[in-house]
Amino acid sequence: MEARVQRELYDQMVLIRTYEEAILREYHADKKPVFDIGAGLVPGEMHLSAGQEPVAAGVCAHLTTDDAVTATHRPHHFAIAHGIDLNAMTAEIFGRVDGLGKGRGGHMHLFDPKTHFSCSGIIAEGYPSAAGAALAFKKRGTGQIAVGVTGEGAANQGAFHETLNLASLWKLPAVFIVEDNDWGISVPRSASTCVASNAERAAAYGMPGIRIEDNAVEAVYEAAGHAVERARNGGGPTLIEVHTLRLWGHFEGDAQGYRSDIEGVPGQDPIPTYEATLRSAGVLDDAAVVETQTRATELVESAIAFAKASPEPDPSTVLDYVFA
Amino acid sequence: MTTTTEQSSKRLNTAKAMVEAIASEMERDENVFVLGEDVGPYGGIFSSTTGLIDRFGPERVMDTPISETAFIGAAIGAATEGMRPIVELMFVDFFGVCMDQIYNHMAKIHFESGGNVKVPMVLMTAVGGGYSDGAQHSQCLWGTFAHLPGMKVVVPSNPADAAGLMTAAIRDDNPVVFMFHKGVMGLPWMAKNPRSIGPVPDGDHVVEIGKAATPRRGSDVTVVTLSLSVHHALDVAEELAGEGVDVEVIDLRSIVPLDTEAILESVGRTGHLVIVDEDYQSFGLSGEIAARIAESDPTILKSPISRVAVPDVSIPYSRSLEYAALPTRARIKAAILEQVSK
Ligand SMILES: Cc1ncc(C[n+]2csc(CCOP(=O)(O)OP(=O)(O)O)c2C)c(N)n1
Repeated sequence: MEARVQRELYDQMVLIRTYEEAILREYHADKKPVFDIGAGLVPGEMHLSAGQEPVAAGVCAHLTTDDAVTATHRPHHFAIAHGIDLNAMTAEIFGRVDGLGKGRGGHMHLFDPKTHFSCSGIIAEGYPSAAGAALAFKKRGTGQIAVGVTGEGAANQGAFHETLNLASLWKLPAVFIVEDNDWGISVPRSASTCVASNAERAAAYGMPGIRIEDNAVEAVYEAAGHAVERARNGGGPTLIEVHTLRLWGHFEGDAQGYRSDIEGVPGQDPIPTYEATLRSAGVLDDAAVVETQTRATELVESAIAFAKASPEPDPSTVLDYVFA
Repeated sequence: MTTTTEQSSKRLNTAKAMVEAIASEMERDENVFVLGEDVGPYGGIFSSTTGLIDRFGPERVMDTPISETAFIGAAIGAATEGMRPIVELMFVDFFGVCMDQIYNHMAKIHFESGGNVKVPMVLMTAVGGGYSDGAQHSQCLWGTFAHLPGMKVVVPSNPADAAGLMTAAIRDDNPVVFMFHKGVMGLPWMAKNPRSIGPVPDGDHVVEIGKAATPRRGSDVTVVTLSLSVHHALDVAEELAGEGVDVEVIDLRSIVPLDTEAILESVGRTGHLVIVDEDYQSFGLSGEIAARIAESDPTILKSPISRVAVPDVSIPYSRSLEYAALPTRARIKAAILEQVSK
């Protein structure tokens, strides 16, 4: 693989991780000493994507902001990799007027028409709208594609199956991603389906299904490249499942008492692993690593500062935006 | 009829009270079992099933895949075969994905079978906002379920009622939708509501579904409400007592059936009515209550009623906006003062 692409994938993953660590810090900063989910600068549920960076980086490297992405309740990594404005996204997470949804949406409800990005807190419900965006692109013949993202838990939901069938039937320019992080909150994959891989399910809908076993960003990049090309060339949709990793809890505050695999997990962090690979390939050295980290930190901290400087919405505007 | 054959009581939070009620029904009747997302080792996202799997094992406390149509439908099927499932779907906001099973099957089978098939199940879920969880995780929607015939809808506000209503719901031969507000559960990670921990009678404690409670008697104005808003109303009533306004608070406890008698009796005495509802205002519970008074005897009202509800806007994420939409103590107080000034 080209060194330039490797460096881009690495930079993207570092940016995402830096962002998630900063949100983690801000989220917990004022919820101490006793965790109160409704308190603080960033209240409400918070689902972070640490460990899943290879999926977003590998897939979105093939997209432009003209392509659509519909993400899940765990949306930040895809939003960032897809090129969403960090300031506006962060302001939304902080519930401020300069946020993507002017403080109405919150972290699970990021809508950005500029990058055709959206997400939903309802499981599997991003899949149908990915098909819808793909349908619009196909009707207009623009060459744009849509990517739907969901978790392995969501692959047991009706919307997942109905969408795959429809998208295949209509040969839509779409790529469907399943992030298999082994857990649907506290329910392990083994307790939610007898199918070893969701990629097998693609066969039932007459589309290619690929499973990537090792959370390796380059493997995701390769597979997504073929799927995106196929979609753009009128070949129809592809399903790609990546066996990835939820490094932290389902949401912040999740003590993960149910989790049996926790001991070995930090050792599998994909970022240091990839960094080591790139160092031994001569693509990264100390200076490059510092440069990547410095740039990521600057971007993230200025987005956080932007969000904090943005005002809270005026309560008298509560009835705005119900109708167009 | 609130059965209180028991002598003593213990102090529990609402979540624990529900778990205890479920556990004793599971002990009493082997047909009772629990299924839903994260009800096993996790113990329910809002602690509604904590520890049940350790006591009853995975055969009777079943974690499900995220397949709501299938597992709620399966509960319906098991109920028609004489079992008594308790099924949890963690947030009421998620019911859209499986609504057909609920309103076309669970709620209609008894009717369509001419009364020959019963569906004795409990469908429980968390409702309500106030902690910035956004528009897809903060709704109440009890009016939606109440609107569709064939299921009872219960909404407790405190530990004793949660336990007593849960027992009644499990024993009921109808489908019962049991909606608990996250803010009344007494969870360690939510802002503390002091009344979320309280005495729960020991023994066979049953609260009849369809009977409102009157947690505070008063003569000047009636506040009819339910769930978390009961606590807000009681707080305001205590505050106003110091200002010479005597507020009566009615806790509906169930909206199907709705205790119209209790409402009429109270408003008949006070002549003033404030309805507080954390659900959307239009076409819902508050309108229904107003209609029942209008149909029965509008002359009992000394002034037009007041409604404090969510003003037909999705629940915003941002705290400043969310609290502008919710029925806060300030809004309740203003409505009461306006009533008594008329
Ligand atoms: C329709 C619906 N059912 C249930 C939920 C509650 N819920 C939120 S996240 C989640 C688990 C999702 O697991 P998975 O799809 O594997 O995604 P992950 O969280 O692991 O990224 C569940 C059950 C929901 N949001 N929507």
